[in-house]
This record gives sequence, structure tokens and C-alpha cells, in this order.
Amino acid sequence: MERVESPWRRRILRSSSVVILAAAWEWAARMHFVSDFLLPSLSTVLMRLWSDIVSGDILVGLGLTMARTFAGFSMAAVAGVIIGVTISRLRFVRWFFDPIVSIGNPLPKIAFLPIFILWFGVFDWSKIAMVAFSSVFPVVVATWAATESVDKYLVWSAQSLGVTRRQLLWQIVLPSAMPEVFTGLQIALPISLIVVIICEMTMGGQGLGGSMMTSMRFADSPGVFSGIVAIAIVGSALVKLMELLRARLLVWHQESARR
Amino acid sequence: MTSNSVFTRYLPLLLLAILWEVAPRLHVVDPSELPPLSAVAMAWWGLLTDGDLWTNGVSSFINWSFGLGGAILIGIALGVLMAWYQTVDDVASPLVKALYPMPKSALIPVMILWLGLGAGSKIASIGMSCLLPVILSAYNGARGVDQALIWSARACGASEREVLWEVILPGALPEILAGIRNAVAISFIVLVASELLVGQRGLGYLISFLGEGGVYDAMFAVVITVSALGFFADRAYLYFMRRTLVWRE
Repeated sequence: MERVESPWRRRILRSSSVVILAAAWEWAARMHFVSDFLLPSLSTVLMRLWSDIVSGDILVGLGLTMARTFAGFSMAAVAGVIIGVTISRLRFVRWFFDPIVSIGNPLPKIAFLPIFILWFGVFDWSKIAMVAFSSVFPVVVATWAATESVDKYLVWSAQSLGVTRRQLLWQIVLPSAMPEVFTGLQIALPISLIVVIICEMTMGGQGLGGSMMTSMRFADSPGVFSGIVAIAIVGSALVKLMELLRARLLVWHQESARR
Repeated sequence: MTSNSVFTRYLPLLLLAILWEVAPRLHVVDPSELPPLSAVAMAWWGLLTDGDLWTNGVSSFINWSFGLGGAILIGIALGVLMAWYQTVDDVASPLVKALYPMPKSALIPVMILWLGLGAGSKIASIGMSCLLPVILSAYNGARGVDQALIWSARACGASEREVLWEVILPGALPEILAGIRNAVAISFIVLVASELLVGQRGLGYLISFLGEGGVYDAMFAVVITVSALGFFADRAYLYFMRRTLVWRE
């Protein structure tokens, strides 16, 4: 009997879990198993989220958080790709960066936060610098590995057709490294978001993390929970966005044809 | 590697260290913003001898090991359960996949709300943040086990329990270990972040306490210590992982 399950049963089960969880949350809060303060009901949280959207509060916070995320992330992306490419092409650069990358990559970069506050103040620059510092390493590592492992036959055939070094870089090495580089960026973006939120929570300065912390200090638990819901939505949206972007940018690559 | 090539390999780090010592001494950078390396080393020795580093380190270690350990045990159990029972999979996997991309740091305020400012909220934050990567790796690993292996184990008369312990878990091990490495990295981020935010103990607290007091050489010393701990935790885990997976070639 187990083997011949109807697809309907599975489909219902699959879509039911979120509904069941939502219903359980609402029910538990309504029955006052725990106090309203510890677990405000889902409807309260959603109403709060909605009123924050209508009043524009959340849009300001979202805008600030996104601006910081993308400012730091794009710095990390540009610097990471440049460093990664030069590491695999220039021996001197590799000599210099190899120990730095191999030690810097597994470090818990968040511990440097107070140093960044000391150097860049408590406003936007320290947050942006922190994001760039935390997310540059995965990009460097991915770019380095990708440009190093470009198919030799591609390079040889291009060279036998007489390309210059510059053409080789732009038309062979970079395009064929693209999928792996993009994977590095897909690792770096969630890190950027995590770090931005931690920075906003510790330093203030509004944003989604900052307003969550403010709500917590004022014991405004619907505010904390609506913050979590908003951040969760933003997180999934960014991951989804990167997947779409990948499919679009790499439409010429074999990986897109496989589907 | 010969000692000479080790020297050339790590020479850039030595150069950076010298630069760190010389630049503040010559006032190229403000020594109050970057204390010279020797001052940081002295401050580190001071923290080590008066015990601050130990007491706070021990309390951080307790939070870290309980949070990460709990996440690993529960995560593996849940992940294998999801892979084993279709119904559990159907119910749980949409949730796991929906929550996975959530920035883990967002959980810290809720955990403080629920469990207060002490160790409980830190352990819970670390545990919750590390749970999903472990679940997902155990799930993917257990599902990826070669079906033929399970059939042949059953054909040889293995009980369900034996199949689980001797086929599924070893088969899923490489993925699980890779997932745990991910979780170790996350655990350090959340540990430091939660201690920086609130608390009266722990290395993260020590960093923010020294920073607010303006004792920057000691603050740098603790930052370097935490970074070194994170680095060596990752290296030690990598070594353990390779040792464990030796049979896989």
C-alpha cells in the first residue's frame, strides 16, 4: 500500500505543512499556552507586518538593509573576482595572497566587528566594510579555483588560433570560469545578509536588524516576530533572485540545457 | 615541504606582521586605532595570566559545544528520519527548504526574548542556526545512499535497525560531515554575534567590554584569539573529517 501512494496525498501533505504550522502557531497563541509576550499570535504578527508596510516603516528599513548589503556585496564581488583572477595569473600576487586567503577564509570574520567600528565609526561605512570583508573570501576562492581549472584544450586551441593574452582572458578564461564564480557569489550573498543584520543589531542604525533589536528592547514582541518574518522573506527572495539571475546569465552554458 | 619553502610561503604574513608593528610606531597610522603588534601581544599575555581569557573562554566554549552538539545530534536524527519515512519527508521538507535561506542571525532576538540574557539564549541561537544545514546534509546524504546496497542488505537478512546503522548512516556520512563543517563555521558567527549583543560572559562579551572601555590593545588581542580559535577549529575538523573518511578513498 505504501508504494502506490496517490500523488494527491503527497501533494496535500506537502502543501499542508506550512498551513498546519501556521494554524498551530495561531491556535497555541490563542489558547494562551504561553503568554502573548513570548508568542504573539500569527494574525497579530501579520497585522503588524501589514501596518508596517502600509506606514512605510518596513520599506525604509528594508531599503537601508538592502543598500548596505549590496554596497558591501558588490565591493566584495568586484574585488574578489579581480584578486582571484590575478592570483591564478601572476605568480607574485599568488605568493602574497595564498597564505592570507588560506588563513582568512575560515576565520570567524564577525569577531572583527569592534575593530571595524573603531576604524570606520558606527554608521554605514563600518557595516559596508564588514560585509565586504566577510563575503570577499568565498568569491576569491571560487574565482581562483575556477580560473585555474579552465579546460586546457580550450586554452590551447585559442592560442593556436593566435589570441592575445587579453583576448584569452576575456573570451576564454572568464566565460568558462563564470559558473563557478557565480557559485561563489551565491555563497557570498547570504553571508552578506547575515552580517548586515548582525551589524545593524549591534550598532543600531535602523534597517531590518536594527528595528528588530529596538522592538526587543521595548519588549514589543510582535515587532520582533514581524522582523523575523520580513527577514526570512527577504532571505528567500534573494536566494531565488540569484538562481534566476544564474539561469539568465548562464543561458549559453551546458548547465542550463540540462533542465 | 622544506623549511625554506615554508618560510617563503608564509613570508607575506611575516611582512604584514612587521608592517603592523612598524606603521603605528612611526605614526603612519594612529596607534590608538591600531596598537602595534607587540603591545597587542603584551596585552594578550596580561589577559592570559590574570585569567580573563580563561573564564570567558570556558563560558564561550560551553555555549558553543552545547549549541553545536545539540544541533548535530538532533539534525542528523531529523534528517535521517525525513529520508526514511516518506510522510515525514512530505510534511517537513517544504518547511526545511523554506527556512533554509533565512539569515540565521535573525533568530538571536527571539531567543533572547524567550530565554533571557544568559547562556540559554546563546545555546539556543547557535543550535537553531546550525540545525538546518545539518538536517539538510543528513537528508541529502541518506537519500543518496545507493538503493542497491539497501536491497542487498535486506536480502542478506538485515533488520531495519541494522540497515539504518550499517548502511544508511555510513553511506550518508560524507555528506553529514560536510554539512557539519558548514555548521561549525556558522556556530562561530552566531556565538560571537550573540555574545557581542548581550551578555555578561564570553569572549564576544570581553571584546565589546574592552572596546567600550577603550582598551584597544587588549581588544585586538581577544579578536585575534577568537579568530585563531575559529581557524583551528576548522582545521582540526578538516583533519578529523579526512581521517574518518579514509575508508572511502
